[in-house]
Amino acid sequence: MTAAVTTTKDGTAASTAGRAGTFMARRSALLPALAAVIILALLFAGAELFLRGDFITPRNLSALLLDNAYLLVLAVGMTFVILTSGIDLSVGSVMAFTGILGARLLAEGLPPAIAIPAMLIGGAAIGLVIGLLVQVFSVQPFIASLAGLFLARGLAFVVSLSSIKVEDSATLWLQTTRLRLGDWYITPTGIIALLAVAVAAFVLHYTRFGRTIYAVGGQEQSARLMGLNVARAKVMAYVISGFCGGLAGLILTAYSGAGYPRNGIGTELDAIAAVVIGGTLLSGGRGYVLGSMVGVFVYGTIKTIITFMGAEQSWMQIIVGTLLLVFIVIQRVIVARSGQKSP
Amino acid sequence: MDEAVPLVELSGVKVLYGAERALDDVAFRLLPGEVHSLMGENGAGKSTLIRVLTGALQPHAGALSIDGNPVRFRSERDALRAGVSPVYQEIDLLPNLSVAENIFVGREPRRWGRIDWRTMRERAAEVLADLGLTVDPTSELGSHSVAVQQLVAIARALTAEVRVLVLDEPTSSLDTDEVGELFRVIRELKQRGVAIVFISHFLDQVYEISDRITVLRDGRLVGEYLTTELLRVDLVAKMLGKGIPLPHERQPYEDEADGSLPVLEARGVGTASLKPTDVSLGAGEVLGVAGLLGSGRTALARLLTGVDRPDRGVLLIDGDPRGLASPRAALAMGLAYSSENRRAEGIISELSVADNITLALQAQRGALRRLPPARARELAASWVEALDIRPAQLDKPAGELSGGNQQKVMLARLLALAPRVLVLDEPTRGIDVGAKAEIQRIVGELAEDGLSVVFISAELEEVLRVGDRVAILRDMHLVDTLPSAAVTIDSLLALVARPTETES
Amino acid sequence: MRNIVRHRLFWPALALATLITVNSAARPQFLRVTMRDGELYGALIDILRNSAPLMLVALGMTIVIATRGIDLSVGAVMAVSGAVALTIIDGSSDPNGVGTVLIAVVTAIAVAMVLGVWNGLLVSVFGIQPIIATLVLMLAGRGAALLVTDGFITTVNSEPFAFIASGYLTVLPFAFFISVAAIASIAIVERRTALGMLTEAVGINPEASRLAGVRSRGIIWGAYVLSAVLAGIAGIIYASNIKAADANAAGLLIELYAILAVVLGGTSLQGGTFSLAGTVLGVLIIQTLNSTILFMGIPSAQSPVFFAVVVVVVVVIQSQKVRSWIRALGASGRNRRSAATTEVAS
Repeated sequence: MTAAVTTTKDGTAASTAGRAGTFMARRSALLPALAAVIILALLFAGAELFLRGDFITPRNLSALLLDNAYLLVLAVGMTFVILTSGIDLSVGSVMAFTGILGARLLAEGLPPAIAIPAMLIGGAAIGLVIGLLVQVFSVQPFIASLAGLFLARGLAFVVSLSSIKVEDSATLWLQTTRLRLGDWYITPTGIIALLAVAVAAFVLHYTRFGRTIYAVGGQEQSARLMGLNVARAKVMAYVISGFCGGLAGLILTAYSGAGYPRNGIGTELDAIAAVVIGGTLLSGGRGYVLGSMVGVFVYGTIKTIITFMGAEQSWMQIIVGTLLLVFIVIQRVIVARSGQKSP
Repeated sequence: MDEAVPLVELSGVKVLYGAERALDDVAFRLLPGEVHSLMGENGAGKSTLIRVLTGALQPHAGALSIDGNPVRFRSERDALRAGVSPVYQEIDLLPNLSVAENIFVGREPRRWGRIDWRTMRERAAEVLADLGLTVDPTSELGSHSVAVQQLVAIARALTAEVRVLVLDEPTSSLDTDEVGELFRVIRELKQRGVAIVFISHFLDQVYEISDRITVLRDGRLVGEYLTTELLRVDLVAKMLGKGIPLPHERQPYEDEADGSLPVLEARGVGTASLKPTDVSLGAGEVLGVAGLLGSGRTALARLLTGVDRPDRGVLLIDGDPRGLASPRAALAMGLAYSSENRRAEGIISELSVADNITLALQAQRGALRRLPPARARELAASWVEALDIRPAQLDKPAGELSGGNQQKVMLARLLALAPRVLVLDEPTRGIDVGAKAEIQRIVGELAEDGLSVVFISAELEEVLRVGDRVAILRDMHLVDTLPSAAVTIDSLLALVARPTETES
Repeated sequence: MRNIVRHRLFWPALALATLITVNSAARPQFLRVTMRDGELYGALIDILRNSAPLMLVALGMTIVIATRGIDLSVGAVMAVSGAVALTIIDGSSDPNGVGTVLIAVVTAIAVAMVLGVWNGLLVSVFGIQPIIATLVLMLAGRGAALLVTDGFITTVNSEPFAFIASGYLTVLPFAFFISVAAIASIAIVERRTALGMLTEAVGINPEASRLAGVRSRGIIWGAYVLSAVLAGIAGIIYASNIKAADANAAGLLIELYAILAVVLGGTSLQGGTFSLAGTVLGVLIIQTLNSTILFMGIPSAQSPVFFAVVVVVVVVIQSQKVRSWIRALGASGRNRRSAATTEVAS
């Protein structure tokens, strides 16, 4: 549907080494995304081998989407921000804030038709604050989103100091419903996550707004001189990320059946890691939202493997850290190579 | 033609930067279908005027009218909408997007609300073909040479409903063929009634292409002239406001026949791209290096000074083979390099002039042995005086100086180390005529004092004048090294500018 | 007057003064310092003592930021260092021996130093973006700390170790002396040698500095080592304070507070020119604000809202936009006045 998929095909089709070489040199942005796909395949193959064919089952793969739906949504929003060469540290806290906010509103007896939009708007509003700080007041994204992190985390505790159980059937329906096809299944939360990916991929590839996001990440000053609406694109990137934080809050609340103000501490790092592993360059302007999806699946698969092996979860942090390092080195090499020609 | 209604007319323009008057009561007009050159030294106000014209800057006073109707540009977007399209010297495109997108981004062809990629590619291919450029429109812009990127920038301007095209130093990175191609396009645009503002340091090109010349000096209007009625000498005189200082005449360098060793000699040094090159440099000799952008002139300079490491070949200093691990190691042996890229690789813009001048010396002493502040200032002050750096304020951030003075600060930084070999990569690019002559004079004096200099310049005339011998590079290899006296500009041009492929 | 307002330390100093004024107005005991058994106590003393870990981390962060970098791993390094120190003390036969504690502390700092060498290697040799390079350790470091402590919270009872955070040297807390020693030695090294100027040069323009023969690699590398060592010491103080190694909670979010302190102190995240005095003020502002929030009886979990407001206010005031608005206001005021005088004159 979008570039990442079609070009994977092209990349393997261009069999002659020379042609493939030129092809990649001209489209260096694809290489890291490709690498992510290969890593995912290797992980699957490795797990399948070591776990004697118990790993690649419809049940496991369905669970992969289910368990990581919130992270996938966060990664989609994060991709927009990182493409503009920004960063959003607030998403984990926004997810916690909107989650507990929704749980509280539902517990107060408000209908989901009010609670759910309130969550989404709450997330988007924090994103808007960050975006305005970045764009209007030229605050570094790192600092602006740091303020967002503090704000959202504090607000989460203002809403409630302890967890609130969700009894609302409509919200729980998002999680408990299983649409089955043989042994495969998908929940409404999974569908929401995949829809988010699809919409984001379309927007980034087929709309002027999407291309402006890439332009801003490539060379902001140039984008401005070319008459693009840089300000709107930058602010919107953070609003989208905040909105996705709200959506993730909804998904996580449905998933865990409760809102908890301590949710998602450090999740922003997981989201960043997934986006980077998925091949989006932190310097901005290069990357694909489908790559981020692959990155989330790599992350989720590692987590599943660790659980399968019964190893300590502290290994998760070490492995993700190492993987991040590997990908950064790959990107580094690519940037260095493509940078040689343009002084 | 003189009586036609101007397409654009600026009058009484005043711009202040702080207390400084960047433009004072300047008028400028553009007739449809003319190429109008804007001339002046650096700091004369050319770029400020362009910024006013393209909406990047709001003047403090002055009026702008288009087709006789008064307008106000609040941003670049307003100007673009009115058909004023700039192509800047520093390429302002998006290296991460495809060539086609760079041409169309912001006004992509759309179908049913979504971007129509296929039409965009086809139209991009057409425009590029018009410019005589054969590149794949889907390839990433950043993967192409600067010259190609420059032409893509022009292609972008052409696809807009352009009425006024502003070309700021469009030819500085183009080779002769590409310049020819560009001029052909400019003439076509003239036919279509487009008005073109042309800014270039190359007088030949100005005389070849423009119909009219406006000269600025010190933020004021000197006058507007028909190109055919303005002699070159007069033009330069108007730009400078004074006669050109004659370059210092010095004794031609005597190749010492007593068999003394060259200070620096390269035998077969090369990299994956630069073919093996032999160069030698005697004490007190100035070696001019002529070649186009991408000819290998910068690559060679960087190999000679430890900035990049050669894949093969050997460097001899006073006849002894030496490996240079870093610029630091090279500096320790007396080999100093001044980059062509002042902003990115030269000046530390937020540090003071004094810190910038003493930086290399301090670095050589090591971080822990600080130059006593009083001595550092004294040293810096003496260089400011010797090289006539202006304004002579040691505490001013170096980034606030003009280009020529920044160049002198870089020179002072290296000279403070008392080097034996100075490699200057385009030290006179983008600086005004006065500063240029002065830097040429300084180089001459340094050589008389026994310093060996490698002088790289895009201007052949300058290379010949400054260099005792000339090394000619083309397509990443050394074509020949000749005594300056044995070559003329025309013969040198023939050696340098043999047809090269636009893009490999 | 103008020069005072323009001075880079004006705003942070004003903010700190305001906080202290508000506090002393709201609770008179805030300024009161009492002497007990030859040791000083009071809210101000608490601020000085409790600020020690953040002070150390923020000082290191200042130097790293000056080189155009950032060190996100400081919290994880704190966790590792605390875990190492306590594991050694816990495993020794003599947890109360000064020798044991000394060995534990030195080992922990050495481990922190190795982590700093690793960060510096990634950034200065492999050329990886600092945010990402240190993100690696930020993620992996806590995992490693958990492995050191076997996933438990190691607690110890060791007099000499507890002294580090809660002991007194003459009349003032020992931790305060650690802060002062760190501030003084860094200030002397940066400003009495050329290291400060070269660090700024590297931060402003790395490539130009390399061409000028500056050992950029060494300077950048050194900054990360310094930052990690200081974080290691901070980790020891933290562990000593709670007498335990908590790999999950030690130094959590401290990287963010440290960055906040640096920015509050007026050092730009873009690198280049830096101000140690500014960072010290920044740390004191954060600590005073923290004390204020606690005093107001607000659950500490909710305190981030206040810090968010502080960050927003500070960065907005510092932003070019607001400064130009203020300038425009002042200018239009002057213009109106001068217009009035010309009218009178004509």
